[in-house]
Amino acid sequence: MIRRAVRFIDTRAGAAPFIKATLRYVFPDHWSFLLGEVALYAFIVLVATGTYLTFFFHPSLADTVYHGTYAPLRGQKMSEAYKSVVDISFHVKAGLLIRQTHHWAANVFVAAIVLHLMRIFFTGAFRKPRELTYIIGILMLFATLLEGYAGYSMVDDLLSGMGLAIGYGVALSLPFVGGNLALLIWGAPYPGDPSFESRLFIAHVFILPVLIGTLIAVHLTLVASRHHTQFRKEKRMTNRRLVGVPTFPGQAPRSLGLMLGVAGILLLLGGLIQINPIWLWGPYHLAQGTNGAQPDWYLGWLIGALRLVPHFDVTIGSYTLVPNPFWGGALFPLIVMGVLLAWPWLERRFSPQRGFHNLLDRPRDAPGRTAFGVAFLLWVFLIFFAGAADRIYLFLGWSYQEQIWIYRGLVWVLPVIAFFVTRSVCRELQAIERVEEVREAAEAEAQAASA
Amino acid sequence: MRRARIAIAATLLVLALAAVAYAQLPSGIARPDNEQNLSTQELGAQLYAGNCASCHGIAGRGVAVPGATRGAGNIKGQGPSLVGVGAQAAHLYLTTGFMPLSNPHEQPWRSRVLFNRRELASLIQYVASLGKGPPIPHPRPETGDVSEGMHLFTSHCAGCHQVAAEGGYVTDARVPLIKEDTPTQIAEAVRVGPYLMPKFSKKYISDRQLNSIIAYLQATKQPRDIGGWGIGHIGPVPEGMVTWFIAAVALIALCVLIGERLRGTV
Ligand code: HEC
Ligand code: HEC
Repeated sequence: MIRRAVRFIDTRAGAAPFIKATLRYVFPDHWSFLLGEVALYAFIVLVATGTYLTFFFHPSLADTVYHGTYAPLRGQKMSEAYKSVVDISFHVKAGLLIRQTHHWAANVFVAAIVLHLMRIFFTGAFRKPRELTYIIGILMLFATLLEGYAGYSMVDDLLSGMGLAIGYGVALSLPFVGGNLALLIWGAPYPGDPSFESRLFIAHVFILPVLIGTLIAVHLTLVASRHHTQFRKEKRMTNRRLVGVPTFPGQAPRSLGLMLGVAGILLLLGGLIQINPIWLWGPYHLAQGTNGAQPDWYLGWLIGALRLVPHFDVTIGSYTLVPNPFWGGALFPLIVMGVLLAWPWLERRFSPQRGFHNLLDRPRDAPGRTAFGVAFLLWVFLIFFAGAADRIYLFLGWSYQEQIWIYRGLVWVLPVIAFFVTRSVCRELQAIERVEEVREAAEAEAQAASA
Repeated sequence: MRRARIAIAATLLVLALAAVAYAQLPSGIARPDNEQNLSTQELGAQLYAGNCASCHGIAGRGVAVPGATRGAGNIKGQGPSLVGVGAQAAHLYLTTGFMPLSNPHEQPWRSRVLFNRRELASLIQYVASLGKGPPIPHPRPETGDVSEGMHLFTSHCAGCHQVAAEGGYVTDARVPLIKEDTPTQIAEAVRVGPYLMPKFSKKYISDRQLNSIIAYLQATKQPRDIGGWGIGHIGPVPEGMVTWFIAAVALIALCVLIGERLRGTV
């Protein structure tokens, strides 16, 4: 019976060779290779929970008045969009669970991409023939940042209003095109045209997810066609020879387990830990704000940069050519993206290694790359950290202004130190290993001689 | 052996003395010896002379030190004049433990109240008698409207106090949480404007609106945490920490667990 059905499908689809290839495809067996999979499963959770939320979300800035059960909002004027999210939180079945899971999944999605990127970077997995895969990954990361921003911005609560005001300032600050670009996106000077909400919505639920989904598909296709990289754990693992776990029975259950695990952790977070309680923030009205407002973590580095850049504008006469938010809000992320995109070629410049690289480096095997990676990561992290200087003041009492001045220095000094320290640690480790090898060889020889 | 015993005894003695000294420290205020026999007026005047006059001057005229103002609160001299501040300000500053300040450079902060009831009443009365000033207000938050209060609080106060009244940072000053304040203290703070907080006149925030704000602030003492653990009600910063310190750690552990499972099957 089953056999007949299978044959029926096979004669019509000709799928047997494909399935056979899939089942035999080998996967790597180091845990760090699973980080990318975690990101993929977070994305699946995002699409699933997001779809549920679209059933109840009204992407409209039309005025309405809340008459629901939550007393502090009753009688307040708000947009349809905000009200629908309050209703999702208080009334829709499983609404709050799904909403919170969605938001946690977004935070985790970006974190998983960053961890995955670190693994790729520090092991040199981006090298020939995988540069395209890598570039698509970087593009995905930045598309994801936009996707997250659009997501929490369209809720129209107090925090999203403040975040959009900053975004508008950054858009305006782009030299030459800024004014027109901001007008194009917002439709009118801040807070924008009512149609702005539909634009955010369509960007968040259609354009960006489809873009990210497509990039994921291409990314995975490229990964599969070039096969995985591997650490050299045994002699038989070479640049030419692939060792790994087959899809079945090895990898498939493992991936299924991981997917369920990721979904389980995200649902647990969504059920147990409150995230973005918009009913406490209230609706946004022009010129309102709240102390200590911050974007979601993955945009925190931009706030840090905006705060660290000294206050100056580039002006010609009375015309402001480059307003201040440009440096921290636009130039800085572009530099980070540019360096990441260019890295495979930069590296080849400095250490010309042609040829295919299917074997991974351990971080110590490439001291220069590892040192640069640590320094670059630290640079971005310190700028991110500076974005929360007000919290440091509250916890430790260090003057905010002084902190900002200190960070302005540390942001450059510490990465340089980190570069040299990391590089010498890597070299030291290599040297120790060489000594070990020599000793082992000598011991083996001695043993052979005495036997 | 004997020496050890002496050492232990000496240590215990020193610790006991330290404990006694420490126990006395918080009551760092000067009290008249014959407190019970003094009238309210006399007690107030004496407590003032002993604890406040060094900064606020004789008869509350302030102690001006020539020169610029100090701190984020723009404090002039050792302490401002108290003439005309009335029972309203005195009640706020004394029942919150803001006063007596140990150092005029410091931002007044909520702390343990060192005076007993009678002392408080007489000091407040004394400060009020220094000049004609506003009395202690009697707000009625039960007549207020929580949702109007939330709207007003967001418009006038949240920029400093954070929308859920969790406090935060403003240019070189801390903004306190408003979780322990009584309705009377909130009403006083709004009218007095302690430290760098602006004072809000009745034209700006009417008594009726003030009742609504207080009603909202009482509601924020028990926020509706329907989503689970509230992680501080300040939004993305603790959320990011949960993402990295809980979620990312759990996911990496999961990867290691699943990844190691198949070790050696290759
Ligand atoms: C410019 C910022 C600012 C604004 C606006 C502001 N406050 Fe304050 N508020 C402060 C600061 C700073 C303090 C701490 C004063 C001190 O240290 O004595 C404070 C103290 C208070 C306190 C006493 C808290 C305590 O227990 O120590 C209350 C109550 C209060 N504010 C209520 C309000 C209300 C209600 C509003 C709006 C009508 C408001 N504040 C507006 C900055 C502000
Ligand atoms: C170390 C100096 C110091 C001492 C001692 C001190 N104060 Fe003050 N006091 C200040 C300063 C400085 C301010 C201004 C703080 C501010 O702006 O919030 C102040 C403010 C006040 C105010 C509010 C004034 C206003 O304009 O609203 C009152 C009331 C007050 N003090 C009462 C007292 C009383 C009563 C005592 C004695 C128990 C006392 N203070 C002890 C320094 C002091």
